[in-house]
Amino acid sequence: MKLLHYWRAMWGIIWRELWRFVTQRERFISALVRPLVWLFVFAAGFRAALGLAITPPYETYILYEVYITPGLIGMIQLFNGMQSSLSMVYDREMGSMRILMVCPLPRWFLLLSKLLAGTGVSILQVYVFLAIAWFYDIQAPWQGYLWVLPALLLSGLMLGALGLLLSSFIKQLENFAGVMNFVIFPMFFMSTALYPLWKIKESSALLYNLAHYNPFSQAVELIRFALYGQFNSQAFIYTFVAFIVFMTAAIIGYNPSKGMMTRKGGA
Amino acid sequence: MNSSTALSVEDLSFSYGGKKALNQVNFKIQPGECTILLGPNGAGKSTLFSLITRLYDTRDGRIELCGFDIKQQTRLALAKLGVVFQQTTLDMDLTVMQNLRYHTALHGMGRKQATQRIQQELERLAMYDRRAEKVRQLNGGHRRRVEIARALLHKPSVLLLDEPTVGLDVPSRLSIVDYVHRLAVEEKLAVLWASHLIDEIYPDDHLIVLDKGQVKANGTVDEVLKVTKTLTIKDAFYVLTQGEQA
Repeated sequence: MKLLHYWRAMWGIIWRELWRFVTQRERFISALVRPLVWLFVFAAGFRAALGLAITPPYETYILYEVYITPGLIGMIQLFNGMQSSLSMVYDREMGSMRILMVCPLPRWFLLLSKLLAGTGVSILQVYVFLAIAWFYDIQAPWQGYLWVLPALLLSGLMLGALGLLLSSFIKQLENFAGVMNFVIFPMFFMSTALYPLWKIKESSALLYNLAHYNPFSQAVELIRFALYGQFNSQAFIYTFVAFIVFMTAAIIGYNPSKGMMTRKGGA
Repeated sequence: MNSSTALSVEDLSFSYGGKKALNQVNFKIQPGECTILLGPNGAGKSTLFSLITRLYDTRDGRIELCGFDIKQQTRLALAKLGVVFQQTTLDMDLTVMQNLRYHTALHGMGRKQATQRIQQELERLAMYDRRAEKVRQLNGGHRRRVEIARALLHKPSVLLLDEPTVGLDVPSRLSIVDYVHRLAVEEKLAVLWASHLIDEIYPDDHLIVLDKGQVKANGTVDEVLKVTKTLTIKDAFYVLTQGEQA
């Protein structure tokens, strides 16, 4: 009976999130427009400026558009993870987070369910993006589209957990602009999403180290390799450990006896 | 603690940093009893609700719901609790039915049982015909009704309402006040209703006056009037809070 309760609650949370996403058409479109603009405009413009050597997992010379596609997938998940945290701050301000928090299930489980729901939404976005990219001639081997699913699950969970952690610290919605400036942009630009590590190393050793140890880089590499049917164990371990660390910190952040909740005016 | 006590608050204190929000609060609520928690803004009502719902941690003192300690037996205690928060907590883009189904899922109810309970509670509030409408299309009074129905779906023993009639017109307000009072008697539900509207109090109600984090009065309406040597609740409130606005 107890297990059934957990199962029903988790599905309830996931279903609600997916339904909300599908019915909010503007959110769906804007989530897709961002990476598509990068792909069609930015990547096309930089194609000539950036020469890429053959690096794994690619076996031949590739166009810049092909290189940044996994980075843009990561971008979708990064924004989605932060958007989930935004929605949690909003939920908390509006009170619907309270309904979740007063239901008789452990808080860690509720947060994990919320995280899975957000990740599900991001995976949906990624596959729509990949379908559009296919028609733009950015095509991975067909197995890659299956292999990328577990990679997306882990990267989505890791980035969502980061968002969750941030949401436990953000008191008000307005502070989200700070997250954009201090978390999303540095994480995205100091990563392998737009340029390979060796290229960064050529220009700055410090930037290279920052990009190398940036968990977002590792998530992007995990996705990049998976999309070509390969397993990048280092990226997997790094992303997995980052997920555990962020998730644990988020659970502590939402714990009424240890976290930030008591220091806030509203829960 | 009396085994039949639905909600027990003992020696409860709480501070935000150095500022004391609640100071040695004590009271008990029995099943079938409608208790009005009356206090001016900043009296500590919302803090008390956050502690009872375990959104904040209870550091000093003890809260028990139907004999379950909220800190030690959180899930058992929360299962006994139905809550209507001050701000609306419904999802505006979902229908009434979808909102209620979400709640039944969180409480682990199966589809059949959930459908049955939703129908029962919505019918009691004359809202069943509007189950397929999006919450955004409902007026404030109807949204509140849906929230009350939702709080009762899992058959709680204690119902908390945090100023649920704020912003409603008079007929909607009166109908909700009347409905909740009837619920307490008919369902043997223990109700704790935070309010600052004196006309929401019935003569048989239990009354707790909270001011600056302290319980200034705790008893039936008659008892409170007697202690304060006043004739109306308004005067009693004035005496107890030294002239603050409710």
